[in-house]
Amino acid sequence: MADATVTGGMPAGLGARGAAATPGPMVAADGTPLKASLARSLRRQKMRALLLIAPLLLFIVVSFVLPIGDMLLRSVQNGIVPDTLPRTVVALRDDPAEVPGEAVFEALYADLVVAEEYKVHTQLGSRLNYEMGGASSMFRGAGRAVGRFGTDIYAEQFEDADPALVDPARWAVWMADPAVREALPRTADAYDAWAGFTAELGGDDPAAEELGDVVYAALYRDLASGAQAPGLPAVDVAGFESVSLRDEFIADDAGWGEPAIWDLLRTFSPRVTAGYYLNAVDLQMGPDGVEMRPEGDRIYLQLFVRTMILSVTITATCILLGYPVAFLLASLPMRSANLLMILVLLPFWTSLLVRTSAWKVLLQQQGVINDLLVWAGLIGNDGRLALINNQTGTIIAMTHILLPFMILPLYSVMKGIPPTYVRAAKSLGANDWTAFWRVYFPQSIPGIGAGSILVFILAIGYYITPELVGGTKGVFISNRIAYHISDSLNWGLAAALGTILLAVVLLLYWAYDRMVGIDNVKLGG
Amino acid sequence: MQPSTDAFVQFDRVQKSYDGQTLVVKDLNLSIPKGEFLTMLGPSGSGKTTCLMMLAGFETATNGEIRLQGRNINDVPPHKRGIGMVFQNYALFPHMSVAENLSFPLEVRKMGQAEREAKVKRALDMVQMGAFANRRPAQLSGGQQQRIALARALVFEPELVLMDEPLGALDKQLREHMQFEIKHIADNLGITVVYVTHDQTEALTMSDRVAVFNDGRIQQLAPPDELYEAPVNSFVAQFIGENNTMTGVVTAMERDRCVVRLDSGDEIDAMPVNVSRVGERTKVSIRPERVEFNRARFQPGAHTLRARVEEFIYMGDIFRTRLSVAGNDDFVIKTRNAPDQTRLQPGQEIEIGWLPQDCRALDAA
Repeated sequence: MADATVTGGMPAGLGARGAAATPGPMVAADGTPLKASLARSLRRQKMRALLLIAPLLLFIVVSFVLPIGDMLLRSVQNGIVPDTLPRTVVALRDDPAEVPGEAVFEALYADLVVAEEYKVHTQLGSRLNYEMGGASSMFRGAGRAVGRFGTDIYAEQFEDADPALVDPARWAVWMADPAVREALPRTADAYDAWAGFTAELGGDDPAAEELGDVVYAALYRDLASGAQAPGLPAVDVAGFESVSLRDEFIADDAGWGEPAIWDLLRTFSPRVTAGYYLNAVDLQMGPDGVEMRPEGDRIYLQLFVRTMILSVTITATCILLGYPVAFLLASLPMRSANLLMILVLLPFWTSLLVRTSAWKVLLQQQGVINDLLVWAGLIGNDGRLALINNQTGTIIAMTHILLPFMILPLYSVMKGIPPTYVRAAKSLGANDWTAFWRVYFPQSIPGIGAGSILVFILAIGYYITPELVGGTKGVFISNRIAYHISDSLNWGLAAALGTILLAVVLLLYWAYDRMVGIDNVKLGG
Repeated sequence: MQPSTDAFVQFDRVQKSYDGQTLVVKDLNLSIPKGEFLTMLGPSGSGKTTCLMMLAGFETATNGEIRLQGRNINDVPPHKRGIGMVFQNYALFPHMSVAENLSFPLEVRKMGQAEREAKVKRALDMVQMGAFANRRPAQLSGGQQQRIALARALVFEPELVLMDEPLGALDKQLREHMQFEIKHIADNLGITVVYVTHDQTEALTMSDRVAVFNDGRIQQLAPPDELYEAPVNSFVAQFIGENNTMTGVVTAMERDRCVVRLDSGDEIDAMPVNVSRVGERTKVSIRPERVEFNRARFQPGAHTLRARVEEFIYMGDIFRTRLSVAGNDDFVIKTRNAPDQTRLQPGQEIEIGWLPQDCRALDAA
């Protein structure tokens, strides 16, 4: 029976050829396929393994994967413009002019009236201020001004034409009728927004309150464009006095008549934006597409490059200083090696802040090292070296802090290189240097690789030490990220900078893998 | 000791101490003529590897002189000694291919590329590894790595090659095969080999002479047959091959024959080796295969002992029988599995004897 089912699935040719050998997949003693049998027997083991790692997995997901995902999202998220100015964003799509026409300004008027009620226009202003100086005051001013715009003339003219048109109760009935809403879309939209904040913020019944000017302005626009609403009194608006909102805005702030603010709103009207990333690499969206920021505004590229160069320098100094120490550690007898190891690990047991502050004492112009050099006559009293609050300070302090991360992997790799290799090399005729360079050193490269990756990745994201000893010339990109997180509150830009940093690290990791091979990295012998 | 004039390698009163308190090597004197295959055999800690390392230059002699071709090499660094060496774990450089490994000693000697390639090829062919030139050591089996290590130690044509337990990591069959191969290569090239091992079979099958080390001293330096058949003290007798020992007191003494009264009261004949006078305590030693229980072959007048068969073990080519003799129930005899051979039964009472020269009266230690 089992044989028949197994061979049944075989192609004819294979079945014929395999007649002598065991045909089909292997089966277990009870006739089930061996693979299924194996999977079943391993399932319990896998479940247990999963349970064992579950707490850590959960912790990592909550404390690492989710925050990083959130950061990646924040760097492209851009809800504030479409959320605050929904009508303007829609109207701008149909108006390609550098400074748009009346329709967009009407939409902006409606949006700002609503936003002013909800007090969100200032938030939008400060957000846009990151991109363009002055945007904040434009929005604050416009928010104050929309109430004083000349739109109150519409209400008066409609009242003169037919008093029923200013009766809130009737409006409530009209606006419940789908046919009316369809005929007067702008009016319906404005009424809904007005009714919304009247009820929500004032706690009043819209059917009993005097309508806002924004509704009448919308009604005027609808009727002026030839709409006929069933049930509403017929009014001929051709003779109405009208007001240009474009002029009103520009009168309030000439900035509304400039292309800059409109370019900005267009750039940031999609919900997903590359604006933070452009900003993070000193680019901006200009009239002709992506362009470099003005010379004086460029800081991030330079900071990225400096972070890279300093991290590479720190890694290199760590190799130069750490390699001989690790070599000594690996070749000393156990007892002396342990003592030396304690000295290597000592920095680990001291607070980072204490160590960094100690460097301040040592390195400053009137500090210990300069005093010693002057005392020894190596430098003159007027030629004291600037060792801190610059890149030198950052390199010295960070090399000291990160040195153990280089020594430890190097040591464990060197410990794993049997001394017979060097002996063999010598017995084959190599002198001490050749034996080291041709035989020992190549085998210690995995340790250099591991140490370098460790030190470089730690260095590139370092924050506290450059902040304390780096001055202005020795700070890293991470200091800028911290600034945007805690001072300027531009989290989107901070997230973009962080994401770029992450990408750079991954890219370097990939390049390292291609050049050296990541399986060549050893943390232990 | 051979005269120092024709010695290729010579240890002259060499001592070695690591801690300044105990001597690991005590007063070593050894002359090795050119072309000899000499094995240093001994238990671990006996000082044999230390001697090899001093010869290679990785350890310095605390006292005494080591001479190579009559020249004192105490202060010559290892890389200038020109001695080939095969290490216990081969020490093939893992980051180099087989060919690069072999080329290394030639490169450091600034040899031209064409010459290097020819020598590497010749050396690889010698160990039948010509097809593996581009492999990495990790891609080779233990036996293959062993051959490469051998080829590397020979490629720069040293006159002296040292081997530090080179076959220790191989399985039994491969080890036996490599023993013959190393021996043949050494004979063909006419090189001098100093070989360190703790495996006595290896020492016996390969060597021209064996130096048995114990406690920092050479206990016996002799060709394999002499070492096996005529051990000069009880350490050598017990270390080399299987042995039955019994203790007793010398009761009669001639020039090449003595009588020993065992602790059980029985008397036996023996050849005095380390005993000089009557009344001295001694340990007599006799090889299991030299014990005879066929009365027809006993020498007339020789002492015999009564024995009871305790256990009979069939081992294929031989029979191994455990007897209880003179209070020692761990007395072993070995007989060849021949058609006419008697198979002893447990519980059977027999009489055993031997040629007096096969029973050696040694020191009581």
